[in-house]
Amino acid sequence: MEAITKEDKKVITGAEATILSLLAEGTDMVFGYPGGAIMPIYDALYGYQKELRHILTRHEQGAIHAAQGFARISGRPGVVFATSGPGATNLITGLADAKIDSTPLVCITGQVASSLLGTDAFQETDIISLSMQATKWNIQITKAEDIPQAIAKAFYIATSGRPGPVLIDITKDAQFASLNYEYRKCTGFRSYNPKPAIDTEKVKAAAELINKAKKPYVLFGQGVILAHAEKELANFVEKTGIPAAWTLLGLSALPTDHPLNVGMLGMHGNYGPNKLTNECDVLIAVGMRFDDRVTGDLNRYAKQAKVIHLEIDPAEIDKNVQTNVAILGDAKASLKLLIEHCHANEHTEWLEEFEKLSAIEYDKVIASELNPSKLGLTMGEVIRRANEHTNGDAVVVTDVGQHQMVACRYAKFNKSKSNITSGGLGTMGFCLPAALGAKLAAPEREVIAVIGDGGFQMTIQELGTIFQTRAAVKIIILNNEFLGMVRQWQQLFFDKRYSSTELVNPDFVAIAKGFGIEASSVSERDGLDNAMKQMFDHDGPYLLEVMVEKEDNVFPMVPSGASVEDIRLE
Amino acid sequence: MKQIFTIVIFTENKIGLVNRITSLFTQRHINIESITASESEYSGIHRFTIVIEESHDLTVKVVKQIEKQVEVLKAFCFTDQETVYSEIALYKIQLTPDTDKEALMEMVRKNDAFVKELVGDFIIIEKTGKKQETHALFEALSPFGIQGFVRSGRVSLSKTYSTFSKHLQDLEAHSKDTIIIS
Repeated sequence: MEAITKEDKKVITGAEATILSLLAEGTDMVFGYPGGAIMPIYDALYGYQKELRHILTRHEQGAIHAAQGFARISGRPGVVFATSGPGATNLITGLADAKIDSTPLVCITGQVASSLLGTDAFQETDIISLSMQATKWNIQITKAEDIPQAIAKAFYIATSGRPGPVLIDITKDAQFASLNYEYRKCTGFRSYNPKPAIDTEKVKAAAELINKAKKPYVLFGQGVILAHAEKELANFVEKTGIPAAWTLLGLSALPTDHPLNVGMLGMHGNYGPNKLTNECDVLIAVGMRFDDRVTGDLNRYAKQAKVIHLEIDPAEIDKNVQTNVAILGDAKASLKLLIEHCHANEHTEWLEEFEKLSAIEYDKVIASELNPSKLGLTMGEVIRRANEHTNGDAVVVTDVGQHQMVACRYAKFNKSKSNITSGGLGTMGFCLPAALGAKLAAPEREVIAVIGDGGFQMTIQELGTIFQTRAAVKIIILNNEFLGMVRQWQQLFFDKRYSSTELVNPDFVAIAKGFGIEASSVSERDGLDNAMKQMFDHDGPYLLEVMVEKEDNVFPMVPSGASVEDIRLE
Repeated sequence: MKQIFTIVIFTENKIGLVNRITSLFTQRHINIESITASESEYSGIHRFTIVIEESHDLTVKVVKQIEKQVEVLKAFCFTDQETVYSEIALYKIQLTPDTDKEALMEMVRKNDAFVKELVGDFIIIEKTGKKQETHALFEALSPFGIQGFVRSGRVSLSKTYSTFSKHLQDLEAHSKDTIIIS
C-alpha cells in the first residue's frame, strides 16, 4: 500500500488509524486475540481483511511466538494484537524472549478507557510498567491523534539498531475517538542513534591484529543475520582463511558445509570450537554477545587472546569479555571495511587442529548418535534422516532442551534465516507457534518444528491455529517421556534424583487427529524413513511422533561454571 | 573496590522513563543511595542525578545500559572528586520550656545552618552540605529532640567543561525531532 499523503488526510477513528498506520508500514499479517478493550481495533480490522490478514491464535503467548517466527524468517517486524489485562500479560514471555533474542515486534494492546486508568477497572493492568523490562520501548496512548506517530516510532525503534520488541497500549476511548489522519514514517529522533558511524581507526587496528595473527578465530552470532551480512561474513573468512564458529542464533548465517565453518559454540557445542577458544591468538566476535552459555567461566575464557568485537549495541561491548579493539556499528558495514584492510591469508595448520578435534568428537559422540547400533532411536539419527529429506533447504524451528541442542548440532543448513529457536530466554513452548508464524511468512519453504514432548504440551493449543490456517508445518515430536535436559542434569549433577521430570504423556497422534491434523507415531528404526517420507509427502500440516531413547544425554557438554576447555565428551 | 559514584543522566521528558532507568539498578542488585530528577539547563531536557556505591567496572556497565534506553540522551558517571555536590536537610525540633534555645542557636550557627521557619512550638532548621555535614548536624541536634528529619537527593555539577552540549549538537545533527508523545 502507498504511504498516505497529505491529500489523503481524513477524519477517522483511532481504531481505523491503527489499521491504516500498520498498512502504511507494509504490514500484511497480524497475530492476535480479541477482547473487550481492543474491540474497536478489531472492528476496524473487519473492513481491511483483504489488506491485513489476521491470524487468530488460541492464546496470546501463541500469537507473540508466532509473530517472532514470522519476524525471524521474513526479517520484517511481527505485529501482535491483544486485549487489556490477561491478554496483555500473556504477551510478557514472548516480549522477554524477543528482547533477549533481538527480534523486532510491534505489539498493540487495548487498554481500559483513560477515565478508568488506575481504578482497578475490569481487565485493567498497568502493562506499561509490567512490560518495561521486556520491551525495547513502550508507550501508552490516550489520545487518538497520537496513534499514527506512536506507530511510526514503534516500527522505527523495533527494526533499527539492535532490533527488539515494542509495545503500544491504546486506551479504548482513544480507539473510538476521531482524528485527522496523516501518516509520516519515522526517520529518526535525537535520543536514539541506531546507526553509529564506524571508526575506521578501530577497523585498521583490528585488521592489524588479524593480519599478524597465527591462530585467528571468528565467532559469529545473530548480528550477522540481522544486518544481512551473511555474504560479507563469508567473504571475510574466505579472504583471511579464518575458521568460524557460530552461536545458537548465528546458526545458518554460514552454510553448514562451508569449509571454514567449524561448528557450534557453547555448552553443547562442538568439541574443537570450544576447546580452541582457549588456544587462538586473536578472537574476532561478530554480532554476538558472549552469553554465559557460550563462554562458560569468564575467568578462564580466551585469556590468551586479543579480542576484537564487532557489535551494534554499545552496552554489549566489554560487558562480559574485555575487548582489545571494539568496532561499534552494523555488522555488514563493519565487515566490509574490515575485508578491505585485511590481507588474503591461509591458516591451514590451525584449521587442521579443528579437524583433529572434530575427528575425536566424531568417534566419541557423533558416530553413535547419527548411526546408532543400540536398539532405541536417537534424536541425532532423526535429524540426520530429516536432513536427507530436506537436503538442508528447510527452515528448522526448535523448542528448548535436549532436542534443541541435537537439532542445532546436526541439522544441515544451506541458507540464512533457516534456524529459529529460543536462545537467550530458553522459552519452552516457543516452537509450535513460532513454526506456524514461520510457515505463514514463507509458505514456499518447508518448515519443520522439532519439539520435545514437554515443550509441545506448553503451547499445544496452537494445533488449533495450524488446523484453521492449514499452515503446512511438519511437526516432529522427539518423545523421550522426560523433561530430558533437566533429567540429564539430575543424572549428572544431582545424583540421579529425577525430581518431577518424568512425563506420562497423552496420545499425541490422537490429539493431532482430533485437531484435524494427520499424524503417525514411530518407535523403530525400520519405520523411521518411511514415516518421514509420509510426513514430507503429505500436502498439509503433519505430526510425526518419534519415540526415542528415554535416558540419552547430549554431549559434548561444558558443565555449568566450567571453562570451555573443560568440555566433556562423555 | 566500591566507591561513591554520581550518575548524571539527560533524558527526554517521558512518563515512566524513571522506572526503566531504576530497574537497571534493581536487576544488578545495586542500591540507589539517592535520586533527584529536575529540569536541566536545556529546555525540555530532564536531568537525573543518581548516587550509588559500586565498583567502577560495574558502574560503567550500568551507565552504558542506561544510555542505551530510547529517550535517554546521555549518561555520565563521576567520582566525588570530579564534582561539586550538595544535599539539603531539614530538621524539626519542638521548643519546650526546657529547651536551651541559646545552645540550639549556637549549634545552628556553628554548623552553617539556619532557621528556616518558626511554626508555633516548632522550629525548622535547614542545612545545605555534604552527607557527612548534614549527618553531623543531626547528631548535634539529637539532644534537643528531633521531631522530623529529611534529606534530599544529591544535586551535583561536574568540575569539568560540560561535554553534553556538544553531544546534543551531534544528536541533533542526526535528527532534531524529539517525538515526545503526550
